[in-house]
This record gives sequence, C-alpha cells and structure tokens, in this order.
Amino acid sequence: MNNKAKKGSNIIKWLFDNVIYVFLVLLVIGIIIASPDFLSMTNFINILSQSSSRIIIALGIAGILILGGTDLSAGRQVGLAAVISASLLQAGDYAYKMYPNLPELPLFVPILIAMVITGLFGTLNGWIVSKFHVPPFIATLGMMIGVYGITSIYFDRPPYGAQPIGGLSEAFTTFAQRGIKIGQYEFPYLIFYAVIVSILIWIIWNKTQLGKNMYAIGGNPEAAKVSGVNVAKNMIIIYMIAGLLYGFAGTLEAGRVGSATNNTGNMYELDAIAAAVVGGVSLSGGIGTVAGVITGVLIFQIINYGLAFLGVSPYIQFIVKGAIIVVAVAFDMRKHAKKK
Amino acid sequence: MSNILEMINITKRFPGVVALDRVSLKVKAGSVHALMGENGAGKSTLMKCLFGIYSMDEGKIIFDGKEVSFANSKQALENGVSMVHQELNQVRQRNVMDNIWLGRYPKKGIFIDEKKMYEDTAAIFKSLDINIDPRRKVSSLSVSEMQMVEIAKAVSYDSKVIVMDEPTSSLTEKEVAHLFKIIRTLKSKNVAIIYISHKMEEILKISDEVTIMRDGQYIATKSAKDLTTDEIIKLMVGRDLSQRFPPKVNQPGDVILKVKNLTAEMQPSFKDINFELRKGEILGIAGLVGSKRTEVVEALFGLRAIQSGTIELHGKEVINHSPQQAIKNGFALVTEERRSTGIFPGLSISFNSIIANLPQYRKGIFLSESQVYDDTKWVIDSMKVKTPSQKTAIGTLSGGNQQKVIIGRWLLTKPDVLLLDEPTRGIDVGAKFEIYQLINQLASEGKGIIMISSEMPELLGVTDRILVMSNGRAAGIVETKTTSQEEIMRLAALY
Repeated sequence: MNNKAKKGSNIIKWLFDNVIYVFLVLLVIGIIIASPDFLSMTNFINILSQSSSRIIIALGIAGILILGGTDLSAGRQVGLAAVISASLLQAGDYAYKMYPNLPELPLFVPILIAMVITGLFGTLNGWIVSKFHVPPFIATLGMMIGVYGITSIYFDRPPYGAQPIGGLSEAFTTFAQRGIKIGQYEFPYLIFYAVIVSILIWIIWNKTQLGKNMYAIGGNPEAAKVSGVNVAKNMIIIYMIAGLLYGFAGTLEAGRVGSATNNTGNMYELDAIAAAVVGGVSLSGGIGTVAGVITGVLIFQIINYGLAFLGVSPYIQFIVKGAIIVVAVAFDMRKHAKKK
Repeated sequence: MSNILEMINITKRFPGVVALDRVSLKVKAGSVHALMGENGAGKSTLMKCLFGIYSMDEGKIIFDGKEVSFANSKQALENGVSMVHQELNQVRQRNVMDNIWLGRYPKKGIFIDEKKMYEDTAAIFKSLDINIDPRRKVSSLSVSEMQMVEIAKAVSYDSKVIVMDEPTSSLTEKEVAHLFKIIRTLKSKNVAIIYISHKMEEILKISDEVTIMRDGQYIATKSAKDLTTDEIIKLMVGRDLSQRFPPKVNQPGDVILKVKNLTAEMQPSFKDINFELRKGEILGIAGLVGSKRTEVVEALFGLRAIQSGTIELHGKEVINHSPQQAIKNGFALVTEERRSTGIFPGLSISFNSIIANLPQYRKGIFLSESQVYDDTKWVIDSMKVKTPSQKTAIGTLSGGNQQKVIIGRWLLTKPDVLLLDEPTRGIDVGAKFEIYQLINQLASEGKGIIMISSEMPELLGVTDRILVMSNGRAAGIVETKTTSQEEIMRLAALY
C-alpha cells in the first residue's frame, strides 16, 4: 500500500473508531445549518441542564452494564427517591403536606434518606444477582415491578391520597432549579452536580481497585475469579453505587420539576441504557468509558432539543432515536469484530 | 484399493511460520488411516485445510477422482467428507434426531416429518449397532454416546471419508471397544477413516496405514503392520529430547508443601491424594483426560471444595476456600483454558499483568500508577513478552506471549507454590522452549512448582518427579530420571 492510501485508510479507521463523537459533531453542525439560531448560550445551557440527571442515572447503569449485567429497575428507583425526597421537603406553609407537622429539614437529610433507601435496593439487586445467580434482566425486572408497588403505596396514602407531591420548600427548588450567574447567563447547579458525579465515577472506574475489578468481572468473570477477585462483593458494590446515583438523580428530578408522583422516572432506565450503549458501553460487559456515556446522553438530548427547536414532529424524533440506537451499536459491533 | 482422498503437497504459511510444508496424505477407500505427530506437528492445520477452515497456499486436494476445494465444513459434509470433533458441537437441549437432521429436516408440506426422521435415525443406528433412543435429549448422553451420534450423523450424510480427532480421549476401555466395532462396520461399508490420535497401541490395533508428521512436514506413510511403538516415536520425535528442553539447573531443597488425603467434595472426582513438594522442585502430574488432575490443582487453589484432607505449607495447615485465600497463602494458578479463565482479551497487557495483585498497589482508595507501570514493565521485560506497548490488548498477542503475561501476573503475587495446568498448550515450539526455561529458572530461584501436562516428553524433560493419576486416584509417584513413558502409561491406566 502506498503512503497516501495508508493515510487515507488511517483516517477512515479513526472515524470508525470514534464514530459517536463524529456523529455528535455532525449532528450539531446539521442542526446549525438548518437553523443558525441554534448556536446560542441559552440553548447550550438548557441542553446541559436537561442532561444532568440523565448523566447521573446513565453512569449508574453503565457500571452495571460493564459488569455484564443490566438494571431495569433504575427508573422506578428514581421515582421512589423523587417521591420520598419531595414528601420530606414540602414547604412549611403548603396546605397539602404529606407530613403536616414535619418541620423543614436541612436539605441534605432527605437527600441522604432517599439515597440510602435506593442504595439498599441497589445492594439487594446486586446480592440477588451475585449470590443466587438470577440473570440480571430477571432480578431487576422483578425489582422494577416491586419498587413501583412500594412507591405507589407510599404515594397513595392519607391524608390526601394519590396526588402529585408539590409545594416544595424554597431551599429544595433553589438547590435544583437555580444556578450560578456568570455574566448574563445563569448556569444551573444541576450541571455542576453532574460534573462532580462524573468526576467521582471517573476516579472509581479508572483509579481504584473496585474499578479494575469491575472491568475484570465484565471482561471475563471466570478469569476474574481465578485472579482472586471477590466477584460477588465487587458486583454488589457496583449495584449499590448505581442505587445511590438513582437516589440522587431522583431527588434532583423532584426538585427540577417541582413535584413528584409514583410515575416519576418511568422508563428512564431504557433511555439510560440506550445512551450508554450508543456511548460505546458493551452489553456483553468489560467495555465502557465515562466520556462515552456522557456523550451518549448528550446525543439523545441534542436530538430531543435540536429537533424540537427545528419544529420537527415529536413522533419523528422517536423514529430518529430508535434508528440511532441500532445504527450506533451496529457500528460498534463492526469495530470489535474487526479486532478479532 | 484406490485412493478416495489425496492431499498433495499442501503448504500453509502463517505470518512468520510455515505451518505445513508440502505435506501429502493419501487415504485408501475403506481403510483406517492414522495421522500421527506431536502437538504442533500440523495435523489439525492439515485437516483445517481439508475442510476449508484455512485456505491453503499451495497444493491440491483430490477427492473421489476430482479436484476439490471446500469453502467450509458444511460444503465438505455435503460432499461426503465429515469430521467427528474432539469438542463435540451439538445442540445439547435438543434430542438426538433433531441434532442429526439439523438444517435438513425431512418435511411433509410445511411440517417436519417426525416419523421419517425417527425411522431414518433408528435405521442408521441399527446398521452401526448403536443402541440409543433417537428421542433422547443430547444433554443426557455420555461423551461416548454423543460421539456415536456424531458418527451416525456423518453416516447420514453418506460420508466417504470421516475424520476422527482424538476419538478415544474421554472413553473407557469398553467404550473404545464399541467404537472400534463401529469403525470396522464403517470400513466394511467402504468408508475411509482418518484417525488422529496419540495412543500408540490403539493406532497399531485399528489402523491400516499410518502417516507421520513432524514440525509441519511430511515424514512417512507406512503400513501399520510393519510398525512398532518405538519406530513411531522415533519418526514422530526425530531428534533427541535433550535438544527440546533446556538443561535442568534447579536443586530441590526442603519440603514446603504437604498434601494429605485430599478428597473432593463433589464425587466422582479425586480421592485420597497424598504428595509432598520441595522448595525448588518441579513436580509433574501425569494422567489421561478425566483422571482429575485439573481438579486437584483447582482444589489446592480454593476453586473446588474438598471433603477431607489437609494442605500444609511450611509445616502449617492452610485453608484455601477461595482464590483470595489461596493467593494470600502463597499459591498461584495458571489455568488450563487460557482463553476462558486466563486472559481478559479486550483489556491491556498492563491490566492483565496486575489484576491478581491489586491489593499491593493500593494507596488509600487509589492505585499507585507508578507501581502498576513498574510491575507491568517487569512482567514484559523478565518474561520477554513481545509487545508494542503496555496498553496493547492482550488478545492481539500470540498464545505464547499471552501465556508469559499470565505467568508474570502470578509471579507478581510472589507465590511459594506455583501451579501450572498445561502451561504450553497451544503454544508454538519456540515459545515452549522459553516457557520451559522460565519454569526451570523459577524452580532454581526456590519456588515449588506443580505442572500438569498431557505431553509425555514435556513431563520427562522438565520435571524432577511425576505424580501419575488414574481415574481420580494417585497411581504412584515416579522419579523422572529413572522412569519411562511405558511405566507412566501403565500407572495412568492402573484404576
């Protein structure tokens, strides 16, 4: 092969290997050409803030996917955390409080309570999967249905029955809806929470024993066991971390929307899995990066926001999103197949 | 008798090696033709060329008077050349006849004609004197029965040539006798059998002609009745054992490991195993497939539960209920199946080097990058791993280099006892020599080494003593210097 041709094929190879990033750039360029107004700070901030809680959920699920598992209960756990934190953070003067006599709690207490509860459900998922060898799809399917029941019982109870839990305290809405003013723009705190969580998860995945063990278990569980990795313990911890992240994301969702119902978070797990997979996380385990997951979430959010901005029918958006999931994974399989 | 199959001057090159160098194989119709050679001699490569799994670089194949070139094993099968594999590939959840007619079910309109399928299967079984209900689930069959089903499947395709790869490796003596009866029936139907095996007595008993290969080259084809075991070995090996193995330099010292009355929890498995291992000693474990050698080292490493017995290291009893405990106690295990239980193929050399030693790199919650880098460098340098970088995925390396990384991985844990299960399986000859050198060097540095191997010359060339297992029991421990292949074979068949 002559040099020129080699150079050309190298560029093509690079484009294939980084196809999601290429796609993200093309997508943005496409939308900008269709409507140059899209290129504004406001739109940029909106997309980031809408992505924030989704990034947190997707990072939780991605860890489990890298283990070679899956988690269908993520969305319902988000809902549970949203309902719990909202019920504990209603404003003191709100007429329909779930706990009329509850004083206004410091913000971190309800957030912690919600996270501990979903953390326990995550742990339970991990325990069932690792100790009883129930396929993760089934274990978390059961959890998804069961947690919805628990959330609904908690939600639909006296004194006011099944109605959205609203009237959230100002501290809570500030925490989730306001931001830091830089110049004329307000950057929502949500973005910073997502950044902090991403950094923490990046550290866990790349710099700790737990992270190495996670990749090892997903890459080859038998070899991990032989290498002295405590497979069950590490799996349980990764599921637990996912639960904690769902809990945090759930409280952010409640605060962002300003209320919560038993259907908050419904189906979020599928969006999160789709984003992770589009971002290069392998469903067969062992492969995935934090940057990839974030990119995956951003792609979907830009499609949502960008196509709406262009005035494209939301039904068409579904078709586009569905196609992207399949095409992205097809490209990814091609990349891995070549390496064999 | 005329030749049904002629493979003439087959040459196959891989990057850096000539796997087959003008090899010829001529098989007469209605005969049993044994194909012999050591592991790595090129037998499997030759068969893969026949079935189109590899494309050959030179040479031609003449089958039934016509030049052929099969694109894949399905095409070969449809033309009357079939293979009964060492690893039997069947759909275990389905029944026997479904497996035989898979892909070409007899039909009545759009429905599958179960009755015809049953009758045809039963007829083939009857003609071969096989006594299996065609409606049985394959997963309920024994290895020998599965093999018979495979042979019946080959017959159902009207095969004129059937290749059998190590067909007796997991069979009992009685089952072997039945297999030979089937082979004779096939011969009488003018079917030719290419019989690949390492077992000399069997070969001399069943085959008409023997072709011997060595290091990718054709050595000779002789009539079986003119051959003896010794002659075959001479033709197969073709050189002194001394050139294939590095000189032994290790000096066994005091006993470090005592294994007493070790018995597995899940029976049938190994029973009542006793042996001692010295510092700086290489103890081999010999035995046929199914003699539970792997199970013993897995039990030492905490991968298998033991019912009774003790393991003493340096005079103190150790409990290895899990690999974590075993590693802490100073044991290391290089497993037999490198692909399924050794490497993390998609991950880097660095990752693969350090994964068993992670606790050593912890600094608070983090892992020390510099120590990880240094240890990976040590593995690559001291094991002489040929790789472009630490970040290269291990799956892209050759088998020999992968194995060196795995051995390096375990040396990082500073074990006292190194367990090696078939450490040179699937590795080319040059890399084998390097692995032997490494094993020698480790022993001379004072590690106790236990090495399972199915290759007799390897055991005789590398070890100090050999524990021979037979059907789950220790049949004896022999001194390598004074023993012979015959003695080991006799002990291996003791129980």
